[in-house]
Amino acid sequence: MRGMKIYEARRHRNKIAVVLYYSAAVFGITWLVLILFTLLREGVGGLSLSVFTQNTPPPGSAGGLLNAIVGSLIMTGLGVAFGTPIGLLAGTYLAEYGRGTYLAATVRFINDILLSAPSIIVGLFVYEIMVAPMGHFSGIAGAVALAVIVVPVVVRTTEDMLRLVPGGLREAGTALGMPRVLVISRVAYRAAKAGLITGMLLAVARISGETAPLLFTALNNQFFNANLNEPMPSLSVVIYQFALSPYRDWQKLAWAGALLITFAVLALSIVARLLGSRKVAQ
Amino acid sequence: MSLANAVKLDLRTKIAVKNLSFFYGDSIALKSVNMPVYTNKVTALIGPSGCGKSTLLRVMNRMYDLYPRQRAEGEVLLDGENILDAKQDLNLLRARVGMVFQKPTPFPMSIYENIAFGIRLYEKLPKIELDGRVETALKGAALWEEVRDKLNASGLSLSGGQQQRLCIARTVAIQPEVILFDEPASALDPISTAKVEELIDELKANYTIVIVTHNMQQAARVSEYTAFMYLGELVEFGGTSHMFTSPDQQQTQNYITGRFG
Repeated sequence: MRGMKIYEARRHRNKIAVVLYYSAAVFGITWLVLILFTLLREGVGGLSLSVFTQNTPPPGSAGGLLNAIVGSLIMTGLGVAFGTPIGLLAGTYLAEYGRGTYLAATVRFINDILLSAPSIIVGLFVYEIMVAPMGHFSGIAGAVALAVIVVPVVVRTTEDMLRLVPGGLREAGTALGMPRVLVISRVAYRAAKAGLITGMLLAVARISGETAPLLFTALNNQFFNANLNEPMPSLSVVIYQFALSPYRDWQKLAWAGALLITFAVLALSIVARLLGSRKVAQ
Repeated sequence: MSLANAVKLDLRTKIAVKNLSFFYGDSIALKSVNMPVYTNKVTALIGPSGCGKSTLLRVMNRMYDLYPRQRAEGEVLLDGENILDAKQDLNLLRARVGMVFQKPTPFPMSIYENIAFGIRLYEKLPKIELDGRVETALKGAALWEEVRDKLNASGLSLSGGQQQRLCIARTVAIQPEVILFDEPASALDPISTAKVEELIDELKANYTIVIVTHNMQQAARVSEYTAFMYLGELVEFGGTSHMFTSPDQQQTQNYITGRFG
């Protein structure tokens, strides 16, 4: 048959390409599996009820991670509470009002930089504007640092999700005589609801493992503390501190904490995925 | 259609388009169009793709205002008032001139809410009265029997034809004076199309209707007046039967007999 040689060569190249794709995928996944496996092996041993009921111990005595878990929850919660509304409004501006304007292009560009800015810079920034003037580390400074990380994530997902809302839906709202603010808040938001919530969950996942911005702001606290004006412990900083210590008990607690964070993030990501699979109604 | 004829038939003009030109940025889409839309009649806009018929429709409720770089020149008089005037309140205009789109666009909310939402924009009604208005609107759009037991189901769960009738119900519910249809049946199957056409026929008793359609049989079936447009110009306007049997212009004749377009 004519052209058989060319076809054979193409088939051959195809085989090589497939092998390369698969090996790259397997290579990537292997490390992820190894990390999760190690985490499970080391972390499950450290997990016990006392992890959730006792505070971080001094070296050599028994204890748990209660204060760190509560601190993480408080600061993450506040970070999301501060950051989400700002991100939502800015993302709405980009998608609905600013389309095609110079200002929107600039904001988008800067937001993208912020999105990939090293979080330690965010920590230093909040240190300068809050910790230094106040004269001490505090939970509220930690929350603000996390909020600064939340904003660009939410801006990005909000804009992306709103852009997926069909223009016809906006026109339909407008055709009923709805003012623009209602078209956005009652129609576009509603159509993009699942996607917007996904964005928020992803932001939570993003900040729940952050260590660097908290080191410079909330620092740590070996005691239980719900006072936002004082240094506050967090899982990530406790892991950092305990994992680097020479004490076996602390190292075990660090593994347990890492396991907790990882599975919390995993659970959040799965929920976000499930919601995200129907990003936009219609 | 001469003015003398119009007077003889006791036609009242709801919308008068006068010297209307329209621009998308620098390109011109409508060239000095003049035509009337008569009260309680169905007027069809026909013509090949890109002729400006949808553009003309979207001027009548100033939908084009959503987009920058689109502008209109000339006058469009609604009951004698120029709606192109900068002082025109757009939300009020759109409450008077409703629109149904090519693709069904139910809001992502329940069937009931799809209709109640629009009503609440203009009126504060007690629940029982609102229920009544929703029912009337759904009956008006010949959808009530199909959805009466599932008013809380999502509007998106309906079939394409039902969704389109829901959109008509939503438009009717706020009691506009004019309803603009932008190829309302082109995304529907023949049975749904027939239902929508019947509906348009019933609606003209209470509303003035303008319909853009690609389907000439549809124009012939539902409309009393037809405007044929080509390359941004209004080639001919007249009674539908006249247009489809003995048009004055050769171009109209060619289009209607399928020689182009």
